[in-house]
Amino acid sequence: MSETLHSPETHAEHPGYGTFIKVWVVLLILTGCLVGVSHLGQTAAVWGLLTLTPLKAGLVFYFFMHLKYEGPLFKIVILVTLGTLLIFFALLFSDVAFR
Amino acid sequence: MSTHASTAQPSYLVDTGARKGLMAWLTSTDHKRVGLLYLYSMVSFFFVGAGIGLVMRLVQLTTFQKLISAQTYNALFTLHGVIMIFLFVVPGLPAVFGNFFLPILIGAKDVAFPRLNLASWYFYMAGAILAILALFTGGGAPDTGWTFYAPFSLKTGTNISLAVFAAFILGFSSMLTAINFITTIHRLRAPGMTWFRMPLMSWALYSTAWIQLLATPILAITLVLVILERFFGIGIFDPAKGGDPLLYQHLFWIYSHPAVYIMILPAMGAISEIIPTFARRTIFGYKAIAFSSMSIAGVGSLVWAHHMFTSGLSGLALMTFSLLTMIVAVPSAIKVFNWVSTLYKGSIDFQPPLFFALSFIFLFCIGGLTGVMQGALAINVHIHDTYFIVGHFHYVMFGGTGFAFFAALLYWFPKMFGKMYSKKAIYASWYPMFIGFNMLYFGMLILGMMGMPRRYYVHLPQYHSLHVVATVGSWLLVLGLLIFFGTLLYAIFKGPKAEDNPWGGVTLEWTIPSPPPLENFEEIPIVTHGPYHFEPQEGK
Repeated sequence: MSETLHSPETHAEHPGYGTFIKVWVVLLILTGCLVGVSHLGQTAAVWGLLTLTPLKAGLVFYFFMHLKYEGPLFKIVILVTLGTLLIFFALLFSDVAFR
Repeated sequence: MSTHASTAQPSYLVDTGARKGLMAWLTSTDHKRVGLLYLYSMVSFFFVGAGIGLVMRLVQLTTFQKLISAQTYNALFTLHGVIMIFLFVVPGLPAVFGNFFLPILIGAKDVAFPRLNLASWYFYMAGAILAILALFTGGGAPDTGWTFYAPFSLKTGTNISLAVFAAFILGFSSMLTAINFITTIHRLRAPGMTWFRMPLMSWALYSTAWIQLLATPILAITLVLVILERFFGIGIFDPAKGGDPLLYQHLFWIYSHPAVYIMILPAMGAISEIIPTFARRTIFGYKAIAFSSMSIAGVGSLVWAHHMFTSGLSGLALMTFSLLTMIVAVPSAIKVFNWVSTLYKGSIDFQPPLFFALSFIFLFCIGGLTGVMQGALAINVHIHDTYFIVGHFHYVMFGGTGFAFFAALLYWFPKMFGKMYSKKAIYASWYPMFIGFNMLYFGMLILGMMGMPRRYYVHLPQYHSLHVVATVGSWLLVLGLLIFFGTLLYAIFKGPKAEDNPWGGVTLEWTIPSPPPLENFEEIPIVTHGPYHFEPQEGK
């Protein structure tokens, strides 16, 4: 019916625990980076949070929440949502950063 | 399109399951019944909100106040806003007509997630009950206005926490309905029902659902932050702790301005259905209207800070949001021009739904143009937080969404209930409603220009005459509303049987019996052309 609906066959394409453990290790390293960056002053902490946190969330979306294995519609929906969020941030900063 | 009359299925109004009567309604997952559950509850809340509005107008009938205390007045305008916004206008047309007609308009038997649909109504009712409980528990009825602005909402002793929690719950209802509609439109369109063969109401509901889905979570998080701030003093809105009170306003309006479009877009969708039917011709600029819905959803989500022009924003933000506010007027104007162009040289059949649809266009234009005025920074500073704002948003919300809701109700009432109302009584209701409305809210626009601040318990003598005019207008308006809903209520019980297609409409809902059968269609229809296909007229 649709490319995005799951069947047992599509689940079989998913990677084993090895990939998940590798992603988990990367997430741990990124968390360590975040903790480190937070000690480098407010500006570094803010930029660290704004870049590393979405990266971590993206990895979780992509591997653990199986976005990698979904059809284009779901990916577009996620991109629209993230794009909207980025625009909200940019407009918010047009106030906060220039007051 | 061919007729898909069903003789085998009973009407959706007949209880066919194990449960009968009220329990059958409260446990039904049929989209049409869920739509009616919303209708009955929303109209009830609407009259509570209108009653509160009436009392507030009575308070302004004199320059000295004895009727109620100032604190009660603060609670009343808060309640009026919360009830009208969260319980009537936001769920508004999508919850009632979207639920009832979206599947029928696209040739489906139900929404994609019928149980989730019923759950949405229960979330709505739970939120409504909590909002009402907030009046009588804790430190008394909330007094912040429906915007719950920090820092006052963090410090007031009234029952803010429960009220914002109620709004939080109501947000879930909104999001779940949005997920349902988006999935329904993507997955359940009938064969041949391509995107550009969908009726424009479906486009409007689709755009609205996206705003609901993307913006409502931001409100939910903001309201949770208010609760956390009140209970734990986390400091996110407190400058003394490194927070920013303006952040609350930003977060609140990131949801609440798009919410205006959540309210008005489905109204525009309904008008786009009504006008071609009564002009007997295909709609002018179908794609322009469809894309303008999506544009309004997109650009309308980026204009929120025009509510904050006097709050001390940066110069860059002021210019950016002023420009974006001007831009959002363009797709709204496209719709108005297309509706008028559809009427031009049409074979106009003047019936009550068209009467109310034309009233909508007139009132919405006043509301929209006064909105563009406020997008200009210099004017905004002058009229910020005055009665001009109150007049403007009532023209958009009530004159726009409200009148479109009435027009949609008149248009689809024969289909929903299988009964016809008295057209004379409806026309009779229009006069006091329309005249009263303009006396009430146009007077407010002038009061605002004169400098009368909103939310004030008392007023100076120079404002009194217009306050009296507005109060008398409120009486006329309520009289019209009582005649209007009284007529429809009478028609439900005593009205003559309606025809399957009393208006000569050509979209799918007019091809099935009135009231619709349980599963809408005997067979899923195969769609072969666009939604407004009036063959005889087009041959002229």
